[in-house]
Formats: sequence, C-alpha cells, structure tokens
Amino acid sequence: MSAILIFLAGLASIIIWWMAQQRLTSKPWLESARASDIFPITRSSIPTVKIGLGVFLAVVGALFTLFISAYFMRMGLQDWWAIPLPGVLWVNTAALVVSSVALEMAKSSAQQNDAYAMKIALLASFVTAIGFLAGQLFAWRELVSEGYVLADNPANSFFYLITGMHGLHILGGLLVLSRTTFNVWQGEPPKEARLSIELCAMYWHFMLIVWLVIFALFAGWANDFVDICRQLLT
Amino acid sequence: MVNIPSSINDPIPAAEVEDVELYHPHSWWTTYVFSQDAKVIAIQYSLTAISIGLVALVLSWLMRLQLAFPGVFTFIDADRYYQFITMHGMIMVIYLLTALFLGGFGNYLIPLMLGARDMVFPYANMLSYWIYLLAVLVLVAGFFVPGGPTGAGWTLYPPQAVLSGTPGGQDWGIILMLSSLILFIIGFTMGGLNYVVTVLQGRARGMTLMRMPLTIWGIFTATVMALLAFPALFVASVMMLFDRVLGTSFFMPAIVEMGTQLQHGGGSPILFQHLFWFFGHPEVYIVALPAFGIVSDLISVHARKNIFGYRMMVWAIVIIGALSFVVWAHHMYVSGMNPNFGFFFATTTLIIAVPTAIKVYNWVLTLWRGDIHLTIPMLFALGFIVTFVNGGLTGLFLGNVVVDVPLSDTMFVVAHFHMVMGVAPIMVIFGAIYHWYPKITGRMLDETMGRIHFWVTFLGAYLIFFPMHYLGLLGAPRRYYELGESVVNPPSAHDLNIFITLMALTVGAAQVLFLFNAAWSLRRGKDAGGNPWRATTLEWQTPTTPPPHGNFGKELPVVYRWAYDYSVPGAPEDFIPQNEPDPENRSREHAS
Repeated sequence: MSAILIFLAGLASIIIWWMAQQRLTSKPWLESARASDIFPITRSSIPTVKIGLGVFLAVVGALFTLFISAYFMRMGLQDWWAIPLPGVLWVNTAALVVSSVALEMAKSSAQQNDAYAMKIALLASFVTAIGFLAGQLFAWRELVSEGYVLADNPANSFFYLITGMHGLHILGGLLVLSRTTFNVWQGEPPKEARLSIELCAMYWHFMLIVWLVIFALFAGWANDFVDICRQLLT
Repeated sequence: MVNIPSSINDPIPAAEVEDVELYHPHSWWTTYVFSQDAKVIAIQYSLTAISIGLVALVLSWLMRLQLAFPGVFTFIDADRYYQFITMHGMIMVIYLLTALFLGGFGNYLIPLMLGARDMVFPYANMLSYWIYLLAVLVLVAGFFVPGGPTGAGWTLYPPQAVLSGTPGGQDWGIILMLSSLILFIIGFTMGGLNYVVTVLQGRARGMTLMRMPLTIWGIFTATVMALLAFPALFVASVMMLFDRVLGTSFFMPAIVEMGTQLQHGGGSPILFQHLFWFFGHPEVYIVALPAFGIVSDLISVHARKNIFGYRMMVWAIVIIGALSFVVWAHHMYVSGMNPNFGFFFATTTLIIAVPTAIKVYNWVLTLWRGDIHLTIPMLFALGFIVTFVNGGLTGLFLGNVVVDVPLSDTMFVVAHFHMVMGVAPIMVIFGAIYHWYPKITGRMLDETMGRIHFWVTFLGAYLIFFPMHYLGLLGAPRRYYELGESVVNPPSAHDLNIFITLMALTVGAAQVLFLFNAAWSLRRGKDAGGNPWRATTLEWQTPTTPPPHGNFGKELPVVYRWAYDYSVPGAPEDFIPQNEPDPENRSREHAS
C-alpha cells in the first residue's frame, strides 16, 4: 500500500499548500463587515471546469495508484511470472505521445488564434489516439495468440486489467475529444474552442503519464526502481 | 481585480460575482424527474436512501427474531440469515448513510448555505442520482435472482465470498453486489466532484472559507475523503469480479472445494482486506464528518450561542479526515500482521481521539450557559453527543491490539460500531430532518409525534446496544446463526437476546411514526414561515420557502459575517443573519 500512501502524501501537500492561502487562522467572529467594506474574491480565477477536471484527475490518479499498489503486493507472491511485452507497445506509446503533443499544439494555436493549425492538430491528435487504442487491442490479440491468456497468471491478469482500465479512460476522453474536434471542424472559432481544447490537453497529458508509469511497471523498470528505494531505506 | 465600490452608498452588486447560467426546465419531466436542480436531486437521493434503508431495517428485525427465537421462524435458515446480515450492513453503510449525508444533505445544503444558485455541474449531478438509483436497483435485484443476494458479510472477504458454500457465491448474488458497488462509486464520483468544486468555486461574495457553516466543512472534507477512498473499493470490486467471473486469481488462493481443486491459485485474500479497509476506515469518517458538522450547527442554533472554538472545529475536521487514511489496518488485527505494524496502527488510531475529543469538548462548551431550547433537533443533537462518546470510548478498547484480538469476533464489536456508526449518525440525520424539514416543505413537523419518536428511538437504541456490550464481554460470537446453550450463551444471555429483539422491534415501529409524521405534516403541519429557528445561515434567508429554482431570487446574497452570530450583545435580535452588514457607523476597532 506504500504507492497509494506516497500518492496521497503528494496530494496532501498540494492541499496543505492550497489551505495555507485560505487564511485558516483568521478569526471570523471578529471579522463582520459593513456594506461598504471591500470584499476579497472568494473564488479562483481558474475556470471552474478546469478545477473540476483537476479534482477528477486526482480521483483517477488515486484509482490507478491503487491498482499499482495491488500489483506490487500481488507481485511479491510466489506464482508470479512476468509477462513479455509485445513490441507493438512501443509504437502505441509513440502514438500516444504524438497525440498528446498534437493536442498541446492545438492548444497553442488556439491561443494564437490560428484556426487552420488548430483544426489539423486536433484531427492529428484524434487519429493518433484511435491508433493507440487499436494498437492496444492488437497487443492484446498478440498476447492471447501466444498463449498469455487472462487467467493463467496474475501478471497477465494485471496486464489486461490495468491496460483495459487505461483504455477505457482513453475511450472516455476520445468521446469528448471527438466532440471538440467535430465542433472545430464545423467552424467553431479558436477563442470559443480554446477552453475545451485546454481541458482535452490536460486530460491527455495526464493519461499519457499514467500510461508511461504502467508501461514502466510492466516492462519491469519500476521493479528495479523499487528495489533501489528499498535498499536505500534498509 | 475587484471593483471597489466608490462610495458608501453604492450597494455591492452581488452580481459582481458573475452569475451562473442556470438551466431552466421546460416540462414536468425535467422539473421533477430528470431535474438538474440540486434541491430536487437532494430529495430524490434522500427518498431513495430512506426507502432502501427501511428494507435494511426490516432485515435487522429478521436477524433479531432469529437470534431471540431460534427455530421459530422456519423461513430464516442459515443462508438467509447471512444474506440478511450482508444486505443490512451494506445498505446501511453505503446506500443509506453515505448517500443520505452527501447526496441528500450535501445537495440540499451546499448551494443554499453557500449562497449559490445551484451546483457547478448540474448535469453531472443529475446523472449522479440516476446512477445511484440504478446501483440500488441492481442491489435489490439480488433478492429476486436464483440463489438470492450474497451472504458474504458486508466486508465481502474472499475467498469465501465467491465460493459455493456462501449464499450467492457461485450464483448471481456476489456479481450483483459488486456491480452495484461499482455503479455506486461511479455515480458518487459525479456528485462528489460537484460538492467539492461548488464549495471551491460557487460561494457567494464574502463567503470566505472561514465563514462557512461547519455543516459545509464537514460535508466538504468528507467528500474529498470519499473521492479518494472509494477508488479502493472500486479496485477491490473490479478485481473480485474478475476472480469470480473470469477465473483470475487476484485474491483467490489455491482451494479444494467439495473434493475438487478450483482453477484459482496463489492469490492473496489479505490484499483484498487492505484494499477494502483502505476504503472502509475513511468510510466511517465519511459518515461521521458531515454528522459532526451538522450537529455543530444544530447545537449553536438551538442553544442560541456561537459555536465554541470555530477554528479548532475546522482544523479538527481536516485533521480527522487526514488521519483516517492511515489507520485502516486496525480492522485487520486478527488477520495477522507484523507486530510493528500493529503498534503503528494502534497509535494512529488512538491519536484520532485527540481531534475528536476537541470536538466533543467544544460542543459541550457551546452548550455551557447557552440558552438551550430543547427542541426536537436539539434533543437529537444531544442524543448524538452522548452516543458518540459512548461508541468512541469502546473504540479506545478495540483500537488496542491486545484487547481487540479476544473481542474482535464478539458482539462487543457489533455494539461498538452500531453505537458509533449506526445510532450516532442516525441521531444527526433525524435532528437534521427535523431542523430543515420546515425549509424543504414550508411546514413544521408535528412536535408531539417528534418527541415520542425521539425518546423511543434514543432510549430504545441504548436498550438494544448496551446489553450487547455485555454479551460480547461474555464471549458471545457475532455472525453466528444459532448459538444453542453454551458457555457463551447461558440462559441469562438468551433472555437478554429476547429483550434486545423486543427493543429492536419497538425502535423500528417508532420509525413508522416518524414516516407518518413526515407525510402528515406535509399538508397539515404548522406553517413554518421562512426562518422558524431564527437561524443565521443563508438557507434561512431565501425569498420564499421552499426556496425557488435558483435559490435566491434576483440577486445573490452577500455575506458579511460568520455563521454563528447568536446572542450578540447590543444587537436588536438574538441572531444576525450572515447576509446582514454591520451598521455603517459602527467602529471597526474590535476587529483585528
């Protein structure tokens, strides 16, 4: 459970940092105001949907960290055989990186009011994301055909479970991204599309990071990292 | 930057905080059924939660009947008994308490108390309810499928939860239970995002965090915790569903069942326990923190006194929330663990007593020399404090490893968690319903029926659960279908069981009186007016009662003070609403 505790500690430090700015030591019983007094702004200037997405990503982060926690705990037991990673995963990773970069480009071209570049970048991101999902399905098929089926070994089970969960999240993001892309191709001006592109980009970068972490996990690099940490601690 | 009003005569336009675009329903369906108005969603959540809670109440009757009169009710066989236990526990903890506190009170009170028009994401809020309803229906479907609902206990420990020896283990029961939990969590996340972000972004002008009523602090912190803790249950449920349906071995060790070797092997039941309790312990405080918050407000309003130690109360809520994530393994002492871990978790568990005790002292000090009105909400609030202290004290016993190990599987634990997590929050729920019913409906609940309801419920609950501590110390094991006559179940203990059952039936019957009261008062209750309790918070300052769509009419309120200005010396009345400014000529020297 150490992975989730570390994650929560990180989250806690963000919360503490935020709370430190909220005047939690003020004495509200002394601070009644007159109608003419100046009022502090009580809300953040960050758009509300963005904060909503941020909170949601914290929840998604906790979800994947818990899967990873379970992975580490289960891995310690005897019947574990690591699963060989299909080479196509590298291509998929590249596709997801391209998709994320394209969204970042769409975002900056929306900020610069460049409608054409924004359209192209969005489409590129959409297509590569679909490519990623197709690639993941291909990787599953390859593993199955080599005999690494779901219930054979916990490593296999975790691979299908976590990649599946990640894929579902990408699929959900694709629904939103397809709507944004559709709207933009219908002629929505960059100014109006900007916020939704920013949200897509934020979500996409996050899912990319999640993918890189679980990829490292399945490739075994994470184990080396954990071993090093353990040695440092003991 | 803020537009600073240039002269004293300029009223501060509330609209300076840009108003939300409010969804306006066009038909009967979108007004009352598929509504995006948080108040309607709150009522939908509450009615659904209370309905399913009544099912759980009846299940507890059936269990008690079996314990008191074994063999008399032949339709309660061992399988059914376990199914009743499981469904009773799961429904009460998740589908009633969590849903009612956060989905019910959260939806109703957050926008109103903060001076917002609605939640920030009304559409997701609506979806949240409908997914919750679906989760409840899937759960209830368990009663109607072959094999019945799961009988694995509300903790659903594998491997027994998915084996054929457990009711529903190899039938539909466990599948429906896990699916229902997964749905509940998805639905809750949608609602939870709303509650958190509305508190962050939806507050009225002048409503700083430290001016929020403690009710909102409690609900807010509990929601943050729930958002982070429920994923653990989600992960555990998905993995167990894989084990059950797809034959994986996340949790399932190698098992020979009825002479056949199952295909599972190597899995770790302890892993499930870690995941489950990583959710399960915060869950206790997900229920308790809103109760803490609400009870603080009830006490302050009905004792006509500001809450004692507001800042401490806020900090204690936050600290309890944080600590509750590092105590989960105290539910697993009997599962076996490294003694150092046991020591760690016992220590963190006992540390939680510190902020909790601060809260109890502050409630008592709020009452001290207050102008206590023994209204029904106040009675329930007082009932809560007593019950919570009782349940908390037995928690100190169980938090210690050496005391917990012999007591863990006895009725003592049942008594403990029912006091602290059953009776105590229910007291607050009733207090809150009596307190806010006039705002929701415009009419008061009947006083006489309310008093009977309170006294029967409060005394009855004690008569049920106090003797149970004794049974536990005697060694009477929990979860047993039938004890027979034994060392741990001498005739005297059996008589006590009969007494407990009779009390349980009585307390249950008192709830029927409450339901009748709620229905009767809807039409015939005394007219409440806008602010019957003469309270300061914004929900009592709405232009009409019940509050209209959009809550506050044309202009949003502006908040000039904290929520607890009761009995302020020199003020014309004994309360000053949050949206009432200080007079302009008043010197500000008293302010620091």
